[in-house]
Amino acid sequence: MYDPVIKACSHVLIHVPGFVRYGSKPSREIEDSPTSLLPTIEAHLRTFEQAVEYPPNQVFIGNLHPDHLNSIEQPWYRHPVANASRCGPYGEIMPEEEFLGLMKLADDFDLMWLDKEAMPMLKEALQSHSLWKNTDLGKLDTAVENTRIRDRIQNDGSIPLYHRGCIVGCMHRHHEKDDALKAAVLMENLMAKTSGALALAHLLQNADIRADEVDLILNCSEEAVGDRYNRGGGGLAKAIGEMCRCVFATGCDIKAFCVGPIYALVQAVGLVKSGLFKRIVVVGGGSLAKLGMKFRGHLAKDMPILEDVLGGLAFLVVVNDGESPLIRLDSFGKHDIGSGSSQQSIMESLVVKPLHRMGKKITDVDRYAVELQNPEVTVSAGSGNVPLTNYRMIGALAVLGGEIQSGEIDRFVLEHGMPGFSPTQGHIPAAVPFLGHAIDAIKRGEIKNAMFVARGSLFLGRMTQLSDGLSFLIEKNPGKKSGGD
Amino acid sequence: MFKGKKVIVFGERDGVPGPAIAACMKAAGAEVVLTVTECFV
Amino acid sequence: MDTEKQAIIKKLVDDVGTEDLVVVIGAADPEVAQVTAETVTFGDPSFAGPLAGVSLRLPVYHILEPEVKEAVPQDMYQEQAGFMELVANTQEIGKIFKEIRDRIRET
Repeated sequence: MYDPVIKACSHVLIHVPGFVRYGSKPSREIEDSPTSLLPTIEAHLRTFEQAVEYPPNQVFIGNLHPDHLNSIEQPWYRHPVANASRCGPYGEIMPEEEFLGLMKLADDFDLMWLDKEAMPMLKEALQSHSLWKNTDLGKLDTAVENTRIRDRIQNDGSIPLYHRGCIVGCMHRHHEKDDALKAAVLMENLMAKTSGALALAHLLQNADIRADEVDLILNCSEEAVGDRYNRGGGGLAKAIGEMCRCVFATGCDIKAFCVGPIYALVQAVGLVKSGLFKRIVVVGGGSLAKLGMKFRGHLAKDMPILEDVLGGLAFLVVVNDGESPLIRLDSFGKHDIGSGSSQQSIMESLVVKPLHRMGKKITDVDRYAVELQNPEVTVSAGSGNVPLTNYRMIGALAVLGGEIQSGEIDRFVLEHGMPGFSPTQGHIPAAVPFLGHAIDAIKRGEIKNAMFVARGSLFLGRMTQLSDGLSFLIEKNPGKKSGGD
Repeated sequence: MFKGKKVIVFGERDGVPGPAIAACMKAAGAEVVLTVTECFV
Repeated sequence: MDTEKQAIIKKLVDDVGTEDLVVVIGAADPEVAQVTAETVTFGDPSFAGPLAGVSLRLPVYHILEPEVKEAVPQDMYQEQAGFMELVANTQEIGKIFKEIRDRIRET
């Protein structure tokens, strides 16, 4: 009766070159050699236009299909998309000056000060944005003198905020001795909130529903909001919902490393199916920590630092509308605790088992979305092509199942896979950036189904050697008459 | 070849994971002194 | 290889010595595996971490090399690693690792 569908998606990017220095890797290395490294990093940052024209970014917001990347010569950063738009069917690429103003809007504790001289430019930038022009931007009027900002930076450990090389504000800590509330952590959390809110605002627009129609929000970002007694305590789902005026929604945060978005979707699907909630938003904001993660490799190859964007995703799960692709409830594949560490048994749990349950073969799935990290970011830094390896694994499963010959794996990858196009933002590349493309292609009848497979590295938290994974399949909606139970 | 050796294992999440290599090494008679699984993303 | 892992290895070598110590790698991408292998044999190629300029010269193998496969009981190998032979370029990996071990012997 309540078969769930993913009715709408939003995929956004925010170009934040001024924050690359605060990514985990760059900030640690700049600390070691501040005078020599920072100018080199700054010389390798991209302009907003370059970020917009970058082919994988155009794929992310939906202006290009992922397959299109196969026909663009690499390196992609040397082959910009002509007449590229910052807006796409799934979202937008937002420039830093708009995002800084949006961060201030998201700031409910005066954590962030904006410079009085920079404020008019930041306010004007946000005022011209279609999603925020009718919002009360009064918070931006609380800007302060540059001397006060410099004083706080010098004497109180506040972090300077840069835009185009100038200090345009600062972030404060909110407790003298609480590491969970220090400026760097609050900045990370505020950026996750703000980018998540941007994704949600686009989702509401794309789905054409009012904010007060949403009744549950599940946040799957990779931040850890909380204080010293409650690190990672949560609350970002409601913070994002509040900013977008989802006044009749409640919500909570779902944590599962890179698999977070899929766990959140599983729960949304179950809760819609049960009838407990009707319109559930899954939302994930971006990761400051992962900016510039592979910058060393990019500098070594004298290429631009490509990890200069935050990602944001949002999905709306509702009861069968008779047209959006159905999420098969018998399609969920899970990596059980007892699955072991062998790659074969993990991939069989995620791909083969659920397909067998549905009476399908591996080659019956038209498109697989795996972890979709942009290979240009990772290969250049000696980290390999993650999507390609995962696609080859699925191809190898098809070989073991006797569906294809071992010499056909490359062709399988080309036909059932796609090049990675997502920034390396942890949970953001987790298969779901293909959802927008998949939903549209299924609706247009170009493909009949798509499977989403995400992997998580639980061992990074040092509490278990386990990794994780989760998968599901969406398929063409047969229409209202046959869509019910 | 590995009998009696002390082995450091560097697995990869998207390759052969650390614990899988460690299981092979133990079966080959080695003592595994460190198991690491790398995740490059 | 990140600096934290380099520090762990350096400490381990300081504690147990290099005798009888072997490194086995599992990265699917030959180039990625090569970087890890060279770091533990000839030192950190980026000269940034604790193994910068530290040539440990540890014998290094990849789990997907034929001679490693032969040294592991076959049922265990098939269960834990065999699948990745279909995925990774084992020929390329074998060539790279043999070359690295030859270099250790020569230098």
